[in-house]
Amino acid sequence: MSIGGESLSHTTDVKPQGTPRISGYEAAARKAEVHRNILLTIPALLVLVLAASGPLLVMLLYSFLAPGDYGGVVWQPSVDGWFRVFLTRDIFDDTLMLQDAHVTIFWRSIKLSSMTTVLCILLGFPTAYFIATRSDQTRNLWLFLITIPFWTNLLIRTFAIMEIIRNEGIVNNLLIFVGVIDVPVQMLYTDFAIMVGMTYVYLPLMILPLYASMEKLDFGLVEAGYDLYATRFRVLRRVILPLVKPGLVAGSILVFIPSLGAYVTPRVLGGGKNMMLGNLIELQFGQGQNWPLGAALSIALLAIVMVALIVYVRTAQRSTQAHG
Amino acid sequence: MRHSSTDTASGGTSAIEAVNVTKTFGSGDEAVHALKDVSVTIRENEFFTLLGPSGCGKTTLLRLIAGFDHQTEGTILLHGEDISLLPPFKRPVNTVFQNYALFPHMTVAQNIGFGLEMLRKPKAEIENTVGGMLRLVKMEELKTRRTDQISGGQQQRVALARALAPRPRVLLLDEPLSALDYKLRKDMQIELKRLQLETGITFIFVTHDQEEALTMSDRLAVMNAGRIRQIGTPREIYDHPAERFVADFIGDTNFLTADLLSADGGAISVRLTSGREITLECDHPAAASRHLTLAVRPEQVRLTADGSASPLNGVLENIVYFGTDTHYHLRLQDGGSFTARLQNSRERQELFAEGDQLGIVFDPETVQVLRD
Repeated sequence: MSIGGESLSHTTDVKPQGTPRISGYEAAARKAEVHRNILLTIPALLVLVLAASGPLLVMLLYSFLAPGDYGGVVWQPSVDGWFRVFLTRDIFDDTLMLQDAHVTIFWRSIKLSSMTTVLCILLGFPTAYFIATRSDQTRNLWLFLITIPFWTNLLIRTFAIMEIIRNEGIVNNLLIFVGVIDVPVQMLYTDFAIMVGMTYVYLPLMILPLYASMEKLDFGLVEAGYDLYATRFRVLRRVILPLVKPGLVAGSILVFIPSLGAYVTPRVLGGGKNMMLGNLIELQFGQGQNWPLGAALSIALLAIVMVALIVYVRTAQRSTQAHG
Repeated sequence: MRHSSTDTASGGTSAIEAVNVTKTFGSGDEAVHALKDVSVTIRENEFFTLLGPSGCGKTTLLRLIAGFDHQTEGTILLHGEDISLLPPFKRPVNTVFQNYALFPHMTVAQNIGFGLEMLRKPKAEIENTVGGMLRLVKMEELKTRRTDQISGGQQQRVALARALAPRPRVLLLDEPLSALDYKLRKDMQIELKRLQLETGITFIFVTHDQEEALTMSDRLAVMNAGRIRQIGTPREIYDHPAERFVADFIGDTNFLTADLLSADGGAISVRLTSGREITLECDHPAAASRHLTLAVRPEQVRLTADGSASPLNGVLENIVYFGTDTHYHLRLQDGGSFTARLQNSRERQELFAEGDQLGIVFDPETVQVLRD
């Protein structure tokens, strides 16, 4: 994730210098290099245009068309899809009303994604710190262990969580056995279950960039902090946090964005009742048979992500500048 | 014993006192004994140097005083109070780190004010002290710069100001000059000495550079393999090294073996390998052993063309010109090598050629009898 990392690194400032004069030969060599670089980027550009921008344009187009009776679209311009993202007409008197269900789902998506991000920071930060302070060989072992969950299919892992937190699952049985509770606590099919599931899935995406920042951290600076009368907490806040911020920003982005569009986890652990945006979008393309609405919702999701990204990176940048 | 008589806190109160300090890293077969039963007293307002080769334990001792590591055994007293159990942020001791460890996300002024800020000093006082420190290290114009935008020598000065700003009782300096080039290092040596005199703070300076240690210190401790070998003023250490390691580590030395003939109070009579007998002053128990090691500094030696009356004779093998002086490398009759360093002056016209048979003359008072 270079967005957060690059823009926040402390080395980007270049000391002002006069424009160096270059010889004709050097100019030619540079020109050749520019040509070579353009050539080298063509394959990646092609993939990006065809695989990313292409589908996006199709979605944008569909969102402004009318829905077909059995799914698909008819070639007839309409803003009905966009209209229905947040609004609905009363079935009796046609008055405009807020689409409560959609608002709830948007709100739940943003809330759960934010909470997942915070939870991932709280769990990931100490983990990354722990790994970064081990010896070289032990570090690699720990990193390897962190990546093991990626080897198993997401759906299977999600079902495994279901097994742990369902009413007759391990957690409830254990709590009843110990005597903390008498009847099982309903955890499955709640927002809590979705949050736990997403935290589990996205935690490595927080740990890895955080670890990358911390590995570069000079622990001599931590000692310098202690030496200058900073307590452990103040060393964390004044020395470590500002210096690992690029990793923190990158990790938060990597967790927040996929959480917002998560589909499998809320579908399985939320039980179809507690929908998130991904499920709502899928519903429109499937059962709902309203492709323009689905397309409009997708683009709305994209817009939220963009806004969140811009706000996050801006604030992160500002606080870095305030320090420097 | 001349070498240990200065180890007591007779000349003022003690700032730091290490009592029987031992530090062991790891355990079992892999245990590394970084410090072995080290005791030293560092006086108040003193420029004290810990000198030794890398791995001798000097940095470990410094880290124990700072509180970054904890001793396996023994106690460390600061002005008579046991600080062994205090975390580093509760010890009125600051460190200048070898790589400076300046906070890269703060300006020069913020770095210098950090310690005061952590001590929750009032804002006005912080600003005042930071201003004073910036003046002291001559960095006023660069106070808003970030630490990666200033040169190595400037970073060094900021690190010093940052450590001095909270007015610690003791300032620890961990090879702070090793990253600087020769000229800058010379300037900083004078600067450090000036700061120490101006602030009146006890400086404990760690270095492997004997020249630095000799020129800057009030007293120094020579360390090797986890032990303190000798403590004294630079002159005491240089002129009267107590043992072979110290004599070898500080300056250049010629080692001679000799047999003890007789001891009479402070004077002993020995026979050199050349067969000549000389009488030396020696007041320590090493004189009781039969075979002795003597140390002679190369600059305390004269060479004569006529070797009939001199205690040693040798063949001149090599002449190296050093500008201020010339080094003459000789081969002794017993096969050992010997170096004489003669100052180049206008009067010195007596020139020797390689291959000459020369006499080596020295004053018995300049000869040190070493302990083994």
